[in-house]
Amino acid sequence: MSDRIDSDAGSDGATPGSGRNLPPLRLHVPEPKFRPGDTADFSDFDIPPAGAQARPDEAAQPGEMRDLAYGLVRVLDQDGIAVGPWNPNLPAETLLKMLRAMALTRAFDARMFRAQRQGKTSFYMKSTGEEAVSIGAALALASDDMCFPSYRQQGILIARGWPIIDMMNQIYSNKGDRLKGRQLPIMYSAREAGFFSISGNLTTQYPQAVGWAMASAARGDTRIAATWCGEGSTAEGDFHSACTFASVYRAPVIMNVVNNQWAISSFSGFAGAEATTFAARAIGYGIAGLRVDGNDALAVYAATRWAADRARANAGPTLIEHFTYRVEGHSTSDDPSAYRSADEASHWPLGDPIARLKKHCIGLGIWDEERHAAMDRELAEMVRDAAREAEKNGILGHGLHHPMESMFEDVFEEMPWHLREQQQAMLDEWKAAGL
Amino acid sequence: MEGGGPVSEANEPKAKVASKATEPEVVTDIQQMNMIQAINSALDVMMGRDPDVVVMGEDVGYFGGVFRATAGLQQKYGKNRVFDTPITECGIIGVAVGMGAYGLRPVPEIQFADYIYPALDQLVSEAARLRYRSAGEFISPMTVRSPFGGGIFGGQTHSQSPEGIFTHVSGVKTVIPATPYDAKGLLIAAIEDNDPTIFFEPKRIYNGPFDGHYDTPAKSWAGHDQAQVPTGYYRVPLGEARVARAGQALTVLCYGTMVHVVENTVAEMGVDAEILDLRTLVPLDIEAIERSVRKTGRCLIVHEATRTSGFGAELVAQVQERCFYHLEAPIERVTGFDTPYPHSLEWAYFPGPVRIREAINKILKD
Ligand SMILES: Cc1ncc(C[n+]2csc(CCOP(=O)(O)OP(=O)(O)O)c2C)c(N)n1
Ligand SMILES: [Mg+2]
Repeated sequence: MSDRIDSDAGSDGATPGSGRNLPPLRLHVPEPKFRPGDTADFSDFDIPPAGAQARPDEAAQPGEMRDLAYGLVRVLDQDGIAVGPWNPNLPAETLLKMLRAMALTRAFDARMFRAQRQGKTSFYMKSTGEEAVSIGAALALASDDMCFPSYRQQGILIARGWPIIDMMNQIYSNKGDRLKGRQLPIMYSAREAGFFSISGNLTTQYPQAVGWAMASAARGDTRIAATWCGEGSTAEGDFHSACTFASVYRAPVIMNVVNNQWAISSFSGFAGAEATTFAARAIGYGIAGLRVDGNDALAVYAATRWAADRARANAGPTLIEHFTYRVEGHSTSDDPSAYRSADEASHWPLGDPIARLKKHCIGLGIWDEERHAAMDRELAEMVRDAAREAEKNGILGHGLHHPMESMFEDVFEEMPWHLREQQQAMLDEWKAAGL
Repeated sequence: MEGGGPVSEANEPKAKVASKATEPEVVTDIQQMNMIQAINSALDVMMGRDPDVVVMGEDVGYFGGVFRATAGLQQKYGKNRVFDTPITECGIIGVAVGMGAYGLRPVPEIQFADYIYPALDQLVSEAARLRYRSAGEFISPMTVRSPFGGGIFGGQTHSQSPEGIFTHVSGVKTVIPATPYDAKGLLIAAIEDNDPTIFFEPKRIYNGPFDGHYDTPAKSWAGHDQAQVPTGYYRVPLGEARVARAGQALTVLCYGTMVHVVENTVAEMGVDAEILDLRTLVPLDIEAIERSVRKTGRCLIVHEATRTSGFGAELVAQVQERCFYHLEAPIERVTGFDTPYPHSLEWAYFPGPVRIREAINKILKD
């Protein structure tokens, strides 16, 4: 047998193109600024002042607002004062609700992370430092707008008042889990909360959100859709399919890119951040693009509100980049000290979203340190009590799961013969084995 | 069209040269390795021998892969040859097709087999058919490495066994090792092979063979004879099965993790089974299968993948077509159920000792 071609090109003496008097080509492979052992230094990071960005009309043409895809919408300044045209001027009640939901999300994450470490479940993912992204947005949407989240927006469920014990049952994969123990922990689904079933496969939710929004528009509904993915996930084809559909049909959808700068061990440069911003992806599609300080809950709220009003006015979709930082490891399976500087998180200049909102509330005179500390204690207890309750329904691997035969349910609406047969065979075999 | 390739020699008919690797060196040193180390060693050996070999994928570069299979390679061979990629599996495989067209020999990693689906078009319509549609003018010599299979509580998106999707496609080879020794030798053979190869790594046995008893402490590869791995170059040829256990009572066809589960179950039962570790599904070692089934007259097929249209169905057909008059009992299959991989019921789903034992008893009763 002979092949008409071998693989000889390009690496031995006979380099193709040699003989031409041209400089050799070079491959650029991105490299993050800091690696383990380096001291993170963000002094050259130019923080745009709060309040400096213009706020266009909700019906503005995408071409008139391109600057916003490269800037950074910020509302809270260094002193925690809300400034500028994007200030949403929220009532005290909303601010405190927002603060509480963020603090609860953090307490929940702490508890569930610990539960995984104690062997009570297989896996967990925190959203530390990114609480504003999901909670600011959730509170700016109507409660019946449909969310298509990734795995790091547990804050949406918490902001929508979903019972945390239900989330814990899912995490423990126990007999109280409405999803029947079928999904990896944190892959929630809560239709009643307008929260789509989370997929383990990245960015699949993006075109789905656009489809939901198109359906809503086609039916003359008033509800809009919102979706989230990480900056790393914008590389997937689904992201680009979603943008194209959203643009073509002017779908009433908000597409959020949570730029926490890391995708497991890969920094945002591997998703294109060395070349441009993620919000600027919108420009090529003719979509409105906003780049927002993701650690500023008020900026997230304001941008989401702007995009929601725009969608409701049939003025089209918006792509929002939330610039933030992934403070913790990717998941319980990850140790970030192997690939990034240990002090990046503490040096990150946009600060902690909870601390910033707290400062704002204290400055307004509607909050104080004592009340905050009391709230943290109360939430820690609440989460602990809920976890104990949930654990009564079982923890992973300790027998209190849904019945074995339930494995065959919901593959189809009606169980076909082959699944019935497999179900029966399984039960017979286990019985025969005395189990 | 005359001369589609980038180099003029490309149009010269050539003897089949698998790769630009230098001649095999003499193997001297043997080391105890787990499967990750063996895979890492195969990549290291091939990168050292063949400058066209490049390794790419999500998190494979600086970090060395989420399972550490590519650890140290970027430091050793540089970022031009070992690099992280954007998170787009379709992009990774498409780029690997292009690099192959240039003349490189890419070894892309898909982080989990469950994430290979976005790459299907590039694999099925492109890599698998490039040689055919260009009548050999272009080839796609990539080896796609990807951890697969269950047993680590990964839920439905970190547990699947999609090998049957690829064995169904003409033009790709499918390889699944069951031991560190084979993982290295087969990976080297796959990289040297000029056709696109899917190399599924059973992640449950990365760190140790698995006997099927999830409730007993995990074993390591230490002391296992198949974990004695030469540090240098060697090949385990594609298309050759391994007799994991010789026997007379029945033939068990299996691969990957299930080889160890079967070995242990057979030992517990005291049955004189012949266990064939298929190692390569396409091209299949049909002679080894025929030889064994004609000898034993009984055949069990075990795989973790779902049942309907699973690779076991193909094996049943082959055995039936070739060994019908030697069979003394109906062929049995033990497989994953036709459901997604459930998280909490992982061990009820996994085709473990209980089900294998039942099937063997049934086959031997007839
Ligand atoms: C299709 C697909 N490919 C790969 C993975 C593995 N994976 C899970 S999370 C992740 C990184 C995602 O990073 P990013 O989008 O930035 O989100 P973040 O984790 O930072 O929130 C990868 C590669 C996956 N889940 N799905
Ligand atoms: Mg990220």
